[in-house]
Amino acid sequence: MTAGASGKRVMPVNVKYFASLRESLGQAESQCQVPETGCNVAELWLQLNPSRDIPDNVLVAINQNYASFDARIMNGDEVAFFPPVTGG
Amino acid sequence: MAVLLLDCAFSPYQHLEKYQKKQLRSGEYGAAVTFVGSVRDLHDDFSVQSMTIECYDAMAKKEIEKICDDAACKWSIGDSLVVHRYGEVEAGEVLVLVAVWSLHRQAAFEACRYIIHHLKYAAPFWKQEHNMQGSRWLDSNSDDKGVSQC
Repeated sequence: MTAGASGKRVMPVNVKYFASLRESLGQAESQCQVPETGCNVAELWLQLNPSRDIPDNVLVAINQNYASFDARIMNGDEVAFFPPVTGG
Repeated sequence: MAVLLLDCAFSPYQHLEKYQKKQLRSGEYGAAVTFVGSVRDLHDDFSVQSMTIECYDAMAKKEIEKICDDAACKWSIGDSLVVHRYGEVEAGEVLVLVAVWSLHRQAAFEACRYIIHHLKYAAPFWKQEHNMQGSRWLDSNSDDKGVSQC
């Protein structure tokens, strides 16, 4: 964990977007910092996309495991947002 | 159990034969059930020339392994193999192979059906269909509607 621009301690989080969500947001991946005191997935989305509500059908995974939007994010986590899956 | 994600065309039958020879002893199973899924050239009213399969590879492998483990807990199966394509796939090409080996046929049938069904709804792959007019992302897997969740 490191001190952010505001002097408050922050922790890094890797964020990934996939498929139609990646296209509509215009990015596949980003690195961001969240407060050391922690945040949940919904708060992370709001920090990254302040003008855009979470689309109804978007799913989330933390460290390659499905998670809920109230799940807590830990130092160094990989958080992925994506639309319903359509494989097979 | 093995899960392979491939970015090139593959022969499901060659994979099956190779895996059987390498991993299974002849005589140790009495049933082998396979599912082979291919890209159709018509989906609803959309003529499909090719497809892009996007994949969150690290998670896809983990999810499919979990599904195969779940199947092995539910039914008495000896082994399973899943091969799934990603990247650019032409209409007619094989997209997915699921194979299950067991002592008796019922367990192999049930487990194979369980694995492909849950793969379609949990493994992070996304299909984008292409033709001369354009491209479209599929927003859901609809072809199993009405099928029980096993």
